[in-house]
Amino acid sequence: MLAVVGASSIDDLFVDVPEAARLAGKIEGLPDHAGELSVERQMAALARKNVAAGDVPFFLGCGAYRHHIPASVDHLIQRGEFLTSYTPYQPEIAQGTLQILFEFQTQVARLFGCDVANASMYDGSTACWEAIGMARRITRRRKAILSSGLHPHYVSVARTMARFTGDTLETEPPRFGENTDVARLLDRIDDDTSCVVFQYPDVLGRCADMSELAARAHEKGALLVAVVTEPVALGMLKSPGEMGADIVVGEGQSLGVGLQFGGPYVGLFACAEKYVRQMPGRLVGMTLDAEGKRGFVLTLSTREQHIRREKATSNICTSSVLCALAFTIHLTLLGEKGLRQLAELNFDRALYAAERLASQYRLVMTNKTFFNEFTLSLNLRESRPVVRELAARGILGGVSLGRLYPGEKSLERGLVVAVTETATKADIDTFIATLQELLA
Amino acid sequence: MTINEGGWRPERPQAERRAHGGTHTGNRALMLEEPLNFEIGTLEATGVDFEPANMGPEVRSSIPWEGAVDDVYYEMRELARGAPIGLPGLSEPETVRHYTRLSRQNYAIDLGLFPLGSCTMKHNPRLNEKVARMPGFADIHPLQPVETVQGALELINILADWLVRLTGMHSVTMSPKAGAHGELCGVLAIRSALEARGDAREVILVPESAHGTNPATAAFAGYRVENIPATAAGRVDLDALKARLGPDVAGLMITNPNTCGLFEPEMIAISQAVHAAGGLVYCDGANFNAIVGRVRPGDLGIDAMHINLHKTFSTPHGGGGPGSGPVVFSAALTPFAPLPFVEKRDGAYALVEEENAGEHHGASFGRMVAFHGQMGMFTRALAYMMSHGADGLRQVAEDAVLNANYVLRSLDDVLDAPFGASGPCMHEALFSDKGFAPGLSTLDLAKALIDEGYHPMTMYFPLVVHGAMLIEPTETESKAALDEFIGALRSVAQRAKAGDEALKAAPVFAPRRRLDETLAARKPVLVYKDPAEQSPSP
Repeated sequence: MLAVVGASSIDDLFVDVPEAARLAGKIEGLPDHAGELSVERQMAALARKNVAAGDVPFFLGCGAYRHHIPASVDHLIQRGEFLTSYTPYQPEIAQGTLQILFEFQTQVARLFGCDVANASMYDGSTACWEAIGMARRITRRRKAILSSGLHPHYVSVARTMARFTGDTLETEPPRFGENTDVARLLDRIDDDTSCVVFQYPDVLGRCADMSELAARAHEKGALLVAVVTEPVALGMLKSPGEMGADIVVGEGQSLGVGLQFGGPYVGLFACAEKYVRQMPGRLVGMTLDAEGKRGFVLTLSTREQHIRREKATSNICTSSVLCALAFTIHLTLLGEKGLRQLAELNFDRALYAAERLASQYRLVMTNKTFFNEFTLSLNLRESRPVVRELAARGILGGVSLGRLYPGEKSLERGLVVAVTETATKADIDTFIATLQELLA
Repeated sequence: MTINEGGWRPERPQAERRAHGGTHTGNRALMLEEPLNFEIGTLEATGVDFEPANMGPEVRSSIPWEGAVDDVYYEMRELARGAPIGLPGLSEPETVRHYTRLSRQNYAIDLGLFPLGSCTMKHNPRLNEKVARMPGFADIHPLQPVETVQGALELINILADWLVRLTGMHSVTMSPKAGAHGELCGVLAIRSALEARGDAREVILVPESAHGTNPATAAFAGYRVENIPATAAGRVDLDALKARLGPDVAGLMITNPNTCGLFEPEMIAISQAVHAAGGLVYCDGANFNAIVGRVRPGDLGIDAMHINLHKTFSTPHGGGGPGSGPVVFSAALTPFAPLPFVEKRDGAYALVEEENAGEHHGASFGRMVAFHGQMGMFTRALAYMMSHGADGLRQVAEDAVLNANYVLRSLDDVLDAPFGASGPCMHEALFSDKGFAPGLSTLDLAKALIDEGYHPMTMYFPLVVHGAMLIEPTETESKAALDEFIGALRSVAQRAKAGDEALKAAPVFAPRRRLDETLAARKPVLVYKDPAEQSPSP
């Protein structure tokens, strides 16, 4: 091969590299290659140092939920034709991915109650920021009002970005004892507001009707952005679109994806069709081929970076297609009936746990509404050390608000508990008994 | 704008379809047609069975406590869904068959050479898939107490160490979700550093051959974008760059090796010039596969560079993600790196987040994403690195570059190589459409390559070359596989030059013929509508 190339050695191929930057040998401080068995052994040793959710009673949520994923989902996304293909730029040989993304877009749009959805974003938090940016472009206003129930990491991402884009964000931490901050949000919407961002169910698990918010926002020329971090809830709850949300974004991890320590997940992004040209991300559309057969292509790409460059609606390129496939396969396996059953099962498990917990001493149930997640307030202790003590006793018992809102005195006793279909009655009972011991 | 008011959808009558397909079903043996799940599923069907949801009533009768649950029931009833969502289900066998059939309409690395320039479509070792699915990685929650995820944090730290050593940079931030997100991270760090100096500046310079994400990212970060021209040899024009640098220029976003597949021989001088003018240098790391183990970006004066774990380190592309885009930083930019990151303190691993950033990392520009990044990609990438080792990674670059040069020199007699005279290429071979018969284009050649059983190369990019064809074979391919590909490309190139009009009809043998993208954009159909919702054709 070197002869064909006209080089005498591999080094000849790197002549353009300045001499000062040429490495004579291997990079130091790194091991040499290792066999499959050895690598697997080393990785397994690291994996064993973690407590896997499936091995203990487990009650964490706050934006990432543990659901049972049918075995066929993971089997199907491991097919090489899905796993090892590229972004479908050549539609004639990418109809598999394209058609499934079309199914995904339709499922997301219907679940959220919107006209259209895109072919995925990185995750819920980045989708949320993109929605705020989209609202700015549509309304030409720069003030976004964030509900106190919006996940604090989502707030944090938006705050980071707003500092560079010149957007103003109004935000406050959540308050115990109120079911929703809708009333306060209503008062704050004014003629400078680009959008109100409202999470449903919110980070404390509370669920509130946002119809009034939508009406007031529209009256003032602003948009309502709804954020859904637990899409399973929409198996039994009204969709944000039904309540008048203009843009609905969310985290799709609950369906098909798994916890994975926070990533990769899949961002969901849907909106009213009149706003589609301001949408970020890829869109798949239906068309015909030269023989008149139905097929699918990436479309409306004049919004995107590879065509519009600095005028694009977003810089996103690679998104989260394989996770979107997993979402769609899982949701197809569930179907309408299965999703509703799954939602009811979650609600029922959470009710069971809530009722048991609320009858215990030394804690207060703060939610008047919830789906599969609610917030307790411990009477006498900060929740953060309690969560650690629970972990030491082999129970992953929720997310402490001390961790999510560090320094926020009013929330430090809060403990957010998620109960999905994966929690058994025994898990719940063990958790409650242990919590009582620790609080005694 | 209102799209597709009439509910139009592209469809031809069954009889006409049969005439085209030649069979009753429209199938052609193993090439199977497959409807949408919305067309074959029903609202009653499900492929999942659940335990009965009966814990609630049982407990309600047994615990003498009043209030909460009944109230919640009442409140939640107000929010209950009325009408069906419209999500048809399939049984498990139907689901498996539906998606297996669809999978067969995709090209993939597992099927053959995937020469997409700038995308680094290399083999995805299955060991990586296996380790990523170990419950200790796949089934841990991002907000578990750090005491229960020490192995995950250690893994992130080990991977970070590999990345820092391989790039010769000062630090790395792991959370960005993909390449473009990494670019954004780098540019925000640059802007933060300049703001800390009291001088945010206004302009980011981008070579005209850059990936589209570069200008989009700079604009997203609030900068104005200006292009820097290339020389006839396909490199950044250093004189033009120097002439443009000044107190308004925040920095340069450069790709090296560049998008013409060439190393920038004056990279050190370029960095020095930018630094001398008070700017900072961002390098798009999409092409790191050409130099991994042979050149460290830290030795080239670069201040920030993202690494596509889904390119250089073989995490699968998955049809368009998920990716992962860690960013390595110089010492100058390290204080501004985003949250969170992992630190080892007193023998244990800790997460540095908003609450404890103040101690050492108060200058951090903040959080870019919920949680801590693409753990599922970290496990795969580290397994790949450990498998290859320092020796194997160096060989990756060498083989990738050798393969690209072999393609370049095996075809430059039949295809125009615009920069063929300026020496060896790096890991990509670039050709133009010069010499094609009138009326035939790069697109026609690419589509003909599909009929030959290959995924086409990157087309019409970089924009600086007419009808560009950018071929990246990667180190995955053997000489035999390259020779077969070269034979196929030679054949279609000769047909393009000879004016073979049949190319315009290609592909003929793919699951679909050329698709009408204009139609798709003119009357967008982005979601499925049930036939009952549709009005008759327009």
